[in-house]
Amino acid sequence: MDHLLNVTTGLSIVLLIIVLVSVRRAHIRVEYSVSWLIATSAMLVLSRARPVLDAVRRLIGLPDTPLTLFLLAGGVLLIMFFRFSVIISHLRDDNIALAQRVAILEYHLRSFKNHEKQEA
Amino acid sequence: MTRAANPDSLLVIVPAFNEQGAIAGVVQSVHQHVPGVPVLVIDDCSADDTILAARQAGAEVLALPYHLGLGGCVQAGYKLAYELGFEYVIRVDGDGQHDPCDIPRIFEKLRSSGCEMVIGSRFVAENGSRTGAVRSLGIRFFRLLLRPILGKPVHDPTSGFVGVNRKALGVFSRTFPLEYPEIEALVVLQRRRFRFEEVPCAMHPRTTGRSSITALKSLYYIFHVLMGVFVNVLKFDRRALRAPRHRPPGSGAGG
Repeated sequence: MDHLLNVTTGLSIVLLIIVLVSVRRAHIRVEYSVSWLIATSAMLVLSRARPVLDAVRRLIGLPDTPLTLFLLAGGVLLIMFFRFSVIISHLRDDNIALAQRVAILEYHLRSFKNHEKQEA
Repeated sequence: MTRAANPDSLLVIVPAFNEQGAIAGVVQSVHQHVPGVPVLVIDDCSADDTILAARQAGAEVLALPYHLGLGGCVQAGYKLAYELGFEYVIRVDGDGQHDPCDIPRIFEKLRSSGCEMVIGSRFVAENGSRTGAVRSLGIRFFRLLLRPILGKPVHDPTSGFVGVNRKALGVFSRTFPLEYPEIEALVVLQRRRFRFEEVPCAMHPRTTGRSSITALKSLYYIFHVLMGVFVNVLKFDRRALRAPRHRPPGSGAGG
């Protein structure tokens, strides 16, 4: 059990460092790193504070502590995937609208140039 | 192409993706059957010379900067038509399957019925059009599904040969399904209590290029469209229900 919690602690620290380095190198925008930072920090706290984890386990009504930890981690990941799916959907809609607008502006520009040529 | 000037202005839009072999024939055929009507080819970032072939055939071209898929491509055409002030838009596919000789009939129905959408249908009357077994099965399934949603039967819900008036154009400029748009578009219109009619049309087998819907994609197609229909049914606008339906004088069309 302690070994498992140590592994989780190690993973949380590694993930935390990766996220912070990525933000520093501008690979992730700050607003999208917040969810990861909160999730990894929560995992770190839960894996180091055994009484808190036990309290959560009793609250949920699960038989053992490692299962609680993995269930919480899985739940957090699912929420984050959903959040990113929403963000991606918005970005795709914006991207399509932008591409259509670019095409329409290029069309107007071409028409304008042709009109100028004819007048000249 | 300039801004639409007369109140019955019609624009024919032709979404095309890698249709170098067929597009010139389609554009010329449209010009032959509806002379004087502008043709706008929307090129979905083709890798071949579709744009060149369309321009040489006398069409205007709206060239998309990257591949958007059929829905995004058609919507771009609707947006431009709406901006230019066109009253009616008829969509003809760029692969040559739709026969432009049916355009005048669709246009006439749009004007006389006052309904927001007219579908060129293979199945309203027996016209010799043939569809594959899988597609035929899919069409039957969606007919059954759409019957209670639309409140009237639709014979050819997957037909891309459609005409819309300015009212529908305004809606589609803002909201249009991005993938496999035909069936979802019907539900989008129904949610706004718009009406549609069908007119019998012939459709030819594809002569060049490849269909975007392969046998393997059929299952995904059914799932995707079902989801789209379900989502659009959920977007129920109560205000639209309470609002009185506008019926043009002399129109007997229901929906």
